[in-house]
Amino acid sequence: MLSAILLVIWLYTALPLFYVLVSATKSNNDLFTSFGLWFTSDFRLFENIRGVFSFQGGIFSRWLLNTVVYATTAGIGAALFSTMAGYALAKYDFRGKRLVFAIILGAVMIPQTALVVPLFLLMSKVGMVNTPWAVILPSLVYPPGVFLMRVYADDAIPNELIDAGRVDGAGEFHIFFSLALRLLMPGFATVLILSFVATWNNYFLPLVVLSSAEYFPVTVGLAQWYASATVGSGGGAALFTLVLAGALISVLPVIIAFIVMQRFWQGGLGAGGVKA
Amino acid sequence: MAGLKSRKRRYRVSKGLAPYLFLAPFALLFIAFLIAPMAYAFNLAIYKTTVIAGTKFVGADNFVRALGDPKFWQGVVVLLKFAVIQIPGMVAVALLIALILDSGTVYAKSFFRISFFLPYAVPAVIATLIWGYLYGPAFGPFTQLANYLGLPPPNFLSKDAILPSIANIANWEYTGYQMIIYYAALQAIPQDLEEAASMDGANSFTYAIRVKLPLIAPMIVVTVIFSIIGSLQLFSEPYLLHNLAPLSITNSYTPNYYAYTLAFANQQYNYSAAISFVLGAVTAVISYAFMLIVNRGGRT
Repeated sequence: MLSAILLVIWLYTALPLFYVLVSATKSNNDLFTSFGLWFTSDFRLFENIRGVFSFQGGIFSRWLLNTVVYATTAGIGAALFSTMAGYALAKYDFRGKRLVFAIILGAVMIPQTALVVPLFLLMSKVGMVNTPWAVILPSLVYPPGVFLMRVYADDAIPNELIDAGRVDGAGEFHIFFSLALRLLMPGFATVLILSFVATWNNYFLPLVVLSSAEYFPVTVGLAQWYASATVGSGGGAALFTLVLAGALISVLPVIIAFIVMQRFWQGGLGAGGVKA
Repeated sequence: MAGLKSRKRRYRVSKGLAPYLFLAPFALLFIAFLIAPMAYAFNLAIYKTTVIAGTKFVGADNFVRALGDPKFWQGVVVLLKFAVIQIPGMVAVALLIALILDSGTVYAKSFFRISFFLPYAVPAVIATLIWGYLYGPAFGPFTQLANYLGLPPPNFLSKDAILPSIANIANWEYTGYQMIIYYAALQAIPQDLEEAASMDGANSFTYAIRVKLPLIAPMIVVTVIFSIIGSLQLFSEPYLLHNLAPLSITNSYTPNYYAYTLAFANQQYNYSAAISFVLGAVTAVISYAFMLIVNRGGRT
């Protein structure tokens, strides 16, 4: 009975992914004429993939690369800065500490997307619009990460350890980078995954701040193909299979990463979730 | 001299200075990319630019206009409806899965856990375009199935159906993620509680409802607040479905969509900034109100 419930929900979860997989193997003609949820004898997966990577001068691989660069830089940066800030808030007493924490907690509530248009306007003033920095720098700010790391550092690092380090003559930075950071790694990994995925999946920010296709992440590029496929008469329709094959290519790496790294996110999201 | 001396030794910061230095990178980015845009939006919103008069100070005019703008409020109402349709179902299903996986009487637990989580790895944009294909009136599988069975094809993109259709996409994307959070919270409940409960004669169902659910209730409240905030930000899904359903989704369908249209189609930057600002305020008020209601409910 319980297994049956899980199975039904599993079918629902798997349906769109299965559909992409099936559709990416079809010719454009079959896509319209054959049943959507099963394969046809005309197996075109490799042609479609080749099509995705050669369309518009092969810009898709550039988009993939951009997405990897944006998400990795933003993920590592956000995790590092959140960890440092969380550590400072958890393990030091200093003037303004409560105020800083209150502001960060308030910022967790601020809808990031409400800032996108103002951010664009501000960045166009300083000539930062339509550069990779316009996507990367705002993505480094991840207030929930600071909150999470403060709670995590509070628990994971005994004050005695820091004091012992000081007695041994280690500097504050040395204590953080060679002692504390190691203990903070599970929390660090959680924030890394969360901010990586947030940047990987982001659409609104890059859509607004980027205008040259060469800087697009996959989300913005594919959406553009999709838009010309749905609007387009004749020529656009040929894009349908490309969009589906492109969708398959762009979700596969993260899905594989999640399956391979399940130990990290399950432990990490768990720890973060319980404490948040 | 002092500088030279300290440079000779290992570089070292004092205990008093250290926390500020640890905070500095985050704080600088926070100010530059969160505080500054907010301040800038506010500044833009108190001016008005017209071709004839140029830019002039208008005080609260843009805010007043936003607060009285039916398009803005229609967008907010759409999103509140969206939240009411989407969040309870998502939380209920996520809790159900988490409780089943936690109860320990099913096969292939870790397989299910991972499968349910995978949509989280799919960007909202891609989830939307996949569902867009599935909903498609021309060659979507549901239409094909209906035609095959001789039934009238379902119209997922009509004015009445579009909001549930978008809610379905959001459910597909986020239910697994919610489930993982609930599951982790359930796993953290000490085992001896269950032993005690079973000695008192509680079966695992009553144990789940009477003991486990109340224990993770605060966690549920937190996730619901974040879901409400997320709902009010809706942009990608309606924006992408606009071409498929131009009659159901206007270019001011949600407040974010409206701000986008104002800024990039109409070049009304000042008013767009005011809309963004008011949306932030409305979001804060609604999530705060929800917290107050829950807290009051909890106390009585």
